[in-house]
Formats: sequence, C-alpha cells, structure tokens
Amino acid sequence: MSGMRTSKIGTIWFVIFVAGLAALPFINDSRSFLILMTQICIFAVFAMSYDILLGFTGIVSFGHCMFFGIGAYTSGVMLDRLDASIGTLLLSVLVGVLLSALLSYIVGMLSLRLKSHFYAMLTLAFSGLLLVLAEKWRSLTNGNDGFTFPIPSVMKDRTVLYFTALAVMVVMFLLLRRFTQSPVGRVLLAIRENEQRTESLGYEIVHYKVFATVVAGMAASISGSLYVLTLRFVNTTVFGMDMTLNALLMTIIGGVGTLFGAIIGASIIEWAHHGLSELAKFHPIFERWIIFFGLLYIVVVLLFPAGIVGTLRLWWLKRRGRRLEQSLQADSNAIRKEGAG
Amino acid sequence: MTLLQVRGIETHIGQYHILQGVTFEVVPGEITVLLGRNGAGKTTTLRSIMGLNPVSKGEISFQGERVEALPTHRISRQGIGYVPEDQGIFPDLTVGETMRIAMRLNDDHTKARLEWVLELFPDLHKFWGRKSGLLSGGQKQMLAISRAYVNDNRLLLIDEPSKGLAPIMVEKLMLAIEQMKAKTTVLLVEQNFMMASRIGHRYYLMDEGRIVSEGMMAELQQDEATRRKYLGIA
Repeated sequence: MSGMRTSKIGTIWFVIFVAGLAALPFINDSRSFLILMTQICIFAVFAMSYDILLGFTGIVSFGHCMFFGIGAYTSGVMLDRLDASIGTLLLSVLVGVLLSALLSYIVGMLSLRLKSHFYAMLTLAFSGLLLVLAEKWRSLTNGNDGFTFPIPSVMKDRTVLYFTALAVMVVMFLLLRRFTQSPVGRVLLAIRENEQRTESLGYEIVHYKVFATVVAGMAASISGSLYVLTLRFVNTTVFGMDMTLNALLMTIIGGVGTLFGAIIGASIIEWAHHGLSELAKFHPIFERWIIFFGLLYIVVVLLFPAGIVGTLRLWWLKRRGRRLEQSLQADSNAIRKEGAG
Repeated sequence: MTLLQVRGIETHIGQYHILQGVTFEVVPGEITVLLGRNGAGKTTTLRSIMGLNPVSKGEISFQGERVEALPTHRISRQGIGYVPEDQGIFPDLTVGETMRIAMRLNDDHTKARLEWVLELFPDLHKFWGRKSGLLSGGQKQMLAISRAYVNDNRLLLIDEPSKGLAPIMVEKLMLAIEQMKAKTTVLLVEQNFMMASRIGHRYYLMDEGRIVSEGMMAELQQDEATRRKYLGIA
C-alpha cells in the first residue's frame, strides 16, 4: 500500500514537473532560453540512455557517443540528401535507431561475454573508429568541418522544436521507466546487483546485457537526431569523448539508476555550462569556465554522493527504514517469544 | 540410482589447487551433508557443481547427464538450485520481485511451490513488498532458500545456511530444510555438526580438497575419533 502511495505521489510530482516545463515558453520566450531548455531535454534523453547501461545493468561504456553520433549523422545526411520534410526526418530517426541497434548488438555480443570493462574498451574503440570514418568520408560528411542542412519548416520555430524535444523526453522517460519496471528490467537489476546469483537462477545474462545495450543505443540515437535538428549542422564532435563524459557526469550527478536523475543531471550541467560561459562577459576568469565546472562536480559529489535524486531517495528510504526497523524489531521479539514458548 | 555423481573433480582458483580429486554421490530423497573445517573445499565443491568455478579435471553427472562443461545458467535449468554462503540476495529488489525473477515458469505447479514455501516461511509473505536489503539475516536466508526452491529443482545445493544466525533461526531453517526433503533432494554444506547430524542421512567429510571420510550420519555420530580429527569436536 505504501509503495502504491509513493508511486502515486511520484506520478503527481512528475505531472507537475512536466506541466512546469510546458509552461516555460509562455513565461520566458527568449531565443537563448528556449535553445537551452531544448538542449536540456535532448541531453536528458541521452543521459537516460546511459543510465540504462550504468544504473540498471552495471555496464560502463566509454563510447556511448557513437550511438548519439549515428543518430546525428543519419538525420543530417538524410535531411541534406533527400528532402527536408517531416517524413524524411521520421525516416532518418528510424534508420538511425536501426543502425544503432545493429551496432550495439554487435559490440555487445563481441564483448559482454567477457567482463564488463571489455565492453567499455570496445565501445571506446568503435567510437574512435566512427570518428575517423566521419573525418575521412568527406564526400558524405565533409570531414571535421561538418555541414549544414535544411530541416522541416515547422521545426524552424524554436517553440515547436522545444515542445518536440520535451515530448520526446517525456515519452522516452515513460518508455524507459516501463522497461526498467518490466520483468526484463528486474532481471537487469538483479544482474547489476549480483551477476553470478542471477546466472545461478538460470538466466543467460549475456542476452539480457546485450538487450540493455541495444535499448540504450536506440535511445541515444534518438537524442542524437534531435540534437542536430536544433543546430541544423553536424560535424565530428558528436563522436567526441566529451559527449560520453557529459552523459556519464549527467547520470552520476543526477543519480545513477534513477532515470529521473538523468533529467536533473542534464539540467544542472547544461545550466552550469551556459551560466559560466555567460559570466565570461563580466570577468575574464570565467573564460576558464571549465575550472569552475570541475569545482561544481566536486561540490555535487561531496554533497550528494549517490547523485541528487539518488541521495534524496536514500534519505527517503532511511526515513521509511527507521519505521521498518522498529517493526522488524517487534517481529524479531515475537519470534524469540515464540521460540521461548 | 544416484541423482548427482561427482568423480575425481579438480578445481583451481588462480594459482591455488583447491579441489584435488573430490568424489561423492547424492542419492535422491536424502539430505547429504558435506562437512569439514574452514578452507576444506566445501564451498568450492558446490560452486564447481554450479559451474561458477570451472573444474579442470573430473566428471559431474546430474540425472545421468554430464554437466561439468555446461555454463551456469544451463546447469541451473537442468534442475539444480543453489543457495550460496552469502545468500546472494538482491538488496534493491523486493521479496516479491526476487521471487518473480526466481520463478522461471508461471504455471500452476510453480505457483503451488510458491504457496508452499510461503506457508513454510510466513515472514516472506508478510514482507512481500519490502526491499530484500532491509530483511533480517534469517529472513534473507529464508528468501535465498525459497528462491532456489520455487522452481521444480530436483536438487538443492545449500551452503552454510546457519552461518551468522541466532540459534532460534537456525532451528527454524533446519526444520524447513527437513520438510523440503519430501519434495526435493538436498546437498548441504554445514559447519554446525549438531544441526547437520540431526537432519542429514549421509555425510562426506572434506579436508584439504579431498574427501577423507564418508558414510551414514549415524556412523559419524558414533565415531568420535574422526569427528575430533577433522572437525575438532568431541
């Protein structure tokens, strides 16, 4: 009963949160603010996809950006080479998702039979490979310089783009939450907590791990497609290590294994990035904003060791735990009495 | 007809030669107990049967089929349930979620086994929605045993269920294992000789990775010299 009540309260808070985000363009319609909020929604999807790996399956990836990059380049190239219609955009998202699913399946099958750090290393190698491919295949990608491309006219409106990103973020959150709460998701949690015990229960863990990487890869690809839509430009930075590190930090700062934490993590990092860059106008020290960025990470990790959402959740569980402990003590007393009787 | 036959298995962990030719068998419907001091190789024997520590030599047959080369999940699906020494619970999952993961099938037979085990351990029913990490030590052990039992496993490997538990809880668990005997066969690793001798039929005594003595439990109860030599108890 208390679990159901907690879930109901969580749903109400989530609805309020989404309603608040949906109301933002009507409160502040400045272009830069809308761009920032759109980026937050997009990176939240990317961070949630990383959380499926790290938080729900215990897999570390150093090359998660490759799926982001695949989505980005697929949409960029298709909108550039075909036509800038909604149909092409949707088709490009689908193609990106399928390519990412295929690649994540291959990488997963090659490495996840071994220890998880092989997956980390292999993803790093594959993302490096795709980066080189994007640099060298100039006829398609224009190398490091990248290329601009047209987008569907309806998406040129920043408000429409923001609402699209918001809708995608909400839908992805609900889908991924459904996934993590499904029987497969529960097995993934069991794998994260104790791989050998899960295997002893008769589960072939490599299949579940590969499934998780495919889901994460597909979600990352969608965020990549949306990302280049906001820029109307794509270059090789989408395959950069920075992208993966950002997803990792967003997930850790928000709270690993919480999904919602990824949204909070993305918001904090994008706001900090934007805010610190803006401060450079007032004082030259903020031109070295990356130093302050590092300090921010340290402060957040010190204050919230399990991430912001994770620490709040632990605090809540501790509060509940105290009550449970009292009831546990009562139960244990009853057992002792029963034994003595 | 034996249910499990272990013949001359040798297991290495890193550079250490832990099992040095272990041979024993488990008869259906009995509780077979592996006894021995710390470091004798009891846990490694169970882990080798489950494929968690692969054997480098020897044979393991379950219901007449060789299993030593199979991966752990396939050994489990052959009908062997495993309760590890550290219980291996999933702290973030509730009791209900753990049991649902453990139930590979959702048929009437599995549901009936679940019902039976919940009657055996009413605490699990009571704390169905509680995170496993918040359970007491005894309740965690109940959960670990139930998780292994709920599928139609013909053999349960149970590693030191009494470890770290209060005597009253040990008593409860031993009674429960005894009741399970009617439905499944048990291979039990136990250091608590008093408890093991009460419920065990057959024993194998291990020392330095080998079986050094075997027989019916009643015989060991009479054999003070062997008990003193290998278990350090009179």
